[in-house]
Amino acid sequence: MDPNTLLSVRDLSVSFRLDRRAKEPGFAAVKGISFDIPENTTVALVGESGSGKSVTSLSILGLLPAENATVQAGSQIIYGGRNLLELSNDELRRLRGRDISMIFQEPMSSLNPVFTVGHQIAEVLRLHMGMGQRQAQARVLELLAEVGIPDPLAKSRAHPFQLSGGQQQRVMIAMAIACNPRLLIADEPTTALDVTIQKQILELLAALQDKHRMSVLFITHDLAVVGEIADRVVVMRSGEIREQGTTEEVFQRPQDAYTRALLQCRPPLAHRPRRLAVIDDFMKPGGAPPATEDRPRGLNGGEPIILEVKQLGKSFFSRQGLFGRSEFKAVEGVSFKLARGKTLGVVGESGSGKTTVGLTLMRLHEATAGQALFEGRDILSMSRGEFKPYKRRIQIVFQNPYASLNPRFTVGQILTEPLLIHGLGGGDAGRGRLVRELLARVELPEASYHRYPHEFSGGQRQRIAIARCLTMKPDILICDESVSALDVSVQAQVLNLLQDLQDEFDLSYIFISHDLAVVKYMSDQVMVMNEGQVVEFANSDDIYLRPQHPYTRRLLAAVPSADHRIRAQPG
Amino acid sequence: MSKPTINAPARPSPGLWALAWRRLRSDRLAIAGLLIVACFLVTLLLSAAGLVARNWDAEVGVNYAPPTFVGAQSAEERGVEGMNAPEAAVPDNPRDPLAEVLRKLRAERGAGAAVAPPLDYYGIADPLAPEIAAIRAGEGKAAPAVALERRATLPFGADKWGHDIILKTIKGSETSILVGLTSALLATVLGTLFGAVAGYYGKWADDVFNWFYSVFTSVPYLLLILAVAAVLQQKGVLTIVLILGLTGWTGVFRLVRAEYMKHKAREYVQAADAIGASDLRKMFVHILPNISHIPFVQMSILTVGFIKSEVILSFLGFGVPVGVTSWGSMLNEAQNELILGKWWQLTAATTAMAVLVTSFSLFTDALRDALDPKLK
Repeated sequence: MDPNTLLSVRDLSVSFRLDRRAKEPGFAAVKGISFDIPENTTVALVGESGSGKSVTSLSILGLLPAENATVQAGSQIIYGGRNLLELSNDELRRLRGRDISMIFQEPMSSLNPVFTVGHQIAEVLRLHMGMGQRQAQARVLELLAEVGIPDPLAKSRAHPFQLSGGQQQRVMIAMAIACNPRLLIADEPTTALDVTIQKQILELLAALQDKHRMSVLFITHDLAVVGEIADRVVVMRSGEIREQGTTEEVFQRPQDAYTRALLQCRPPLAHRPRRLAVIDDFMKPGGAPPATEDRPRGLNGGEPIILEVKQLGKSFFSRQGLFGRSEFKAVEGVSFKLARGKTLGVVGESGSGKTTVGLTLMRLHEATAGQALFEGRDILSMSRGEFKPYKRRIQIVFQNPYASLNPRFTVGQILTEPLLIHGLGGGDAGRGRLVRELLARVELPEASYHRYPHEFSGGQRQRIAIARCLTMKPDILICDESVSALDVSVQAQVLNLLQDLQDEFDLSYIFISHDLAVVKYMSDQVMVMNEGQVVEFANSDDIYLRPQHPYTRRLLAAVPSADHRIRAQPG
Repeated sequence: MSKPTINAPARPSPGLWALAWRRLRSDRLAIAGLLIVACFLVTLLLSAAGLVARNWDAEVGVNYAPPTFVGAQSAEERGVEGMNAPEAAVPDNPRDPLAEVLRKLRAERGAGAAVAPPLDYYGIADPLAPEIAAIRAGEGKAAPAVALERRATLPFGADKWGHDIILKTIKGSETSILVGLTSALLATVLGTLFGAVAGYYGKWADDVFNWFYSVFTSVPYLLLILAVAAVLQQKGVLTIVLILGLTGWTGVFRLVRAEYMKHKAREYVQAADAIGASDLRKMFVHILPNISHIPFVQMSILTVGFIKSEVILSFLGFGVPVGVTSWGSMLNEAQNELILGKWWQLTAATTAMAVLVTSFSLFTDALRDALDPKLK
């Protein structure tokens, strides 16, 4: 073995029993993979959901669920001359946190809510380093300062909920590096964070790695992030390694069709192809997809306006004391015009009020100020009865396709329900025919009609949600982070579908997302929001080529891209 | 983890209940419980239709006839001589109306002094028997047919009046199970309805129902039962059902309300709102099926509890009226019998109840596991 190798995975196979009673291991999550993590290197493990990347990292730490996971004979994970898979629980526990530590995706759920942050970091130090109370306290403050938390003394006495998401993740990192580990496993550490925070955390990880000369195993689904931080890349799919090599090799000269597909699936910032490439284009024997021309986007001012929003405001009130109430302005003074058949992109970080705009226009929240003129009538001030016929003409696709479909309804019932409520589609036979046509339109098999949502994958469920909106033949479709929960390859398919539907039905979209690349790709106009207010509103290309507002520039700079590296190449 | 495939033929997927049944079926204990409960229900139906235990109130055994395996006991051993006082004492009592009648009858037929009628084998003495026999003889009729032969022992024993215990237990199941099921149904429907409205609408609707909830849960249970009973002012099976139903909804309410508060913010309910579904539709078509396991399981638990509560009510004197039997009234009678060493009525009623309650609980437990999506 190369003396520079810190940890080496050899022929790792892990399978899961799906049925408790079954004797044979059922589902092979990881199928005989091998890769090395050299010293002082960041290795990125990239793959979509179900690729086996998290299972791999859990096997390294010995954290696989014992009741249904089986590591196949012949698998090896060699660290310091020992096979980690053969160590006893006690030996593993001594290794965890000390030599190998881990940070997780959701900092809020990884921290114990009832203890102060300082207490939780000190616990690691006392357990693994045998430090006393005072010594641990001093080290906690050092660590908090090192991970860039302002006023460490005050923050060490804070409870997790008193910190922002970014700060929580910094605390997790402080805990992970407390014992100077040789290897840090970061499982999607930035996926739950805003882009600007993501950038800061990535920079912090890169700086810490250089300083402590440790190795990082960075697990992510996002190839763009990988390009910024990793030295080596391992691409996984369905439990197998498709490609591995240095970051430069993989990004510049990808050998595997799947890697090429992943690189192409994400909407590019520089131009706007008419259709996004999808995995199938690459996996077919034909090879790469035909180059397609760009789609023109943007408004020139002469388009017919379908919805005009004036000074929209939404405040939430919370009771304070006996009579007082405090006001929180989630959205304030938002005005825009939406043209027929065009897309308005709304972009902003969490708490910017972008989702509230969408929900208020649907009257899922009642607005507290402003007007929304739809065909000349203000839909916000109508009674609920008057609004009902308008309701079907403005529809919404929610973020989480796992939550937005009623699990007790079949797909047929889900799609028929809007027709029943609004008395559309003629009799039962007519409705059934219409629903089957729509299923075909969103490329789902006809057999889906009698199935339940849990039998479908995330992308398929989002198609069902889109089909549900289409049953009512809406004029405006609000997409609230509709592709954010999907894998990049699936995201590309759904974006293509949305574009096709816009062309076919002349739909107007309000496309809400935190992902600038996706918003830029989909939109004619883009509205940038921050803290409830519009900071910039312009044609899509102008926003990207000539951003005016400093906040917009900051957002743009934070978009991860492989061209921009945080970490210098080693050596 | 593997991507679901939907290329299979267009066969409808199993619904919630089909899946629950599939999971339930693999649990042997639950199936055993279900079978026993089914046996009880079948017996109940047969008894209600009059096919079984129709003559439960026939006095087929001697008073307190012991179970067969204990063996026959004399009247003295059974402690029943005292029940029918020696006749000799009766005429001496000047206020005894019966003594007056006897004297007149005897004077009419010119008979002499009163002759104490002999106690028969069963320890029963009928003071009028000689007179009636004389009257019938005077009218040219034969002596009355000998009363039904009373047996010294019965397979499961007899009560104070000689009713067969097993038939009494079967007849009693009618009332007990009926009371348990209907009052549990009433309590569950009330609790679910209140919980749905309070949890879904929130604000003042929630306040109103919470106020009722607090009142109902803060009053001690027995006092509450007494209060409802005092308002209803009527004894009967319906009253018991109302008492239990009107006081038992609070637990269901609390759970259902919490679920509605949780579910109304879910995206699928927002999505239903977005397509224009009405409040009622959202509450009962969308949310209810998703939380149905809660009222359902609560109902089974309540049924068990209410079968037991019927005993308490009987003990308090709010039980079933005279002439109707139930396990509760059997236990009530058993209180006095136990001092005399007559344990068979108690045993029969408690055994029946314990078997039913245990098997029902086993079944309910498994049902909850089968229905709870979180335990899948």
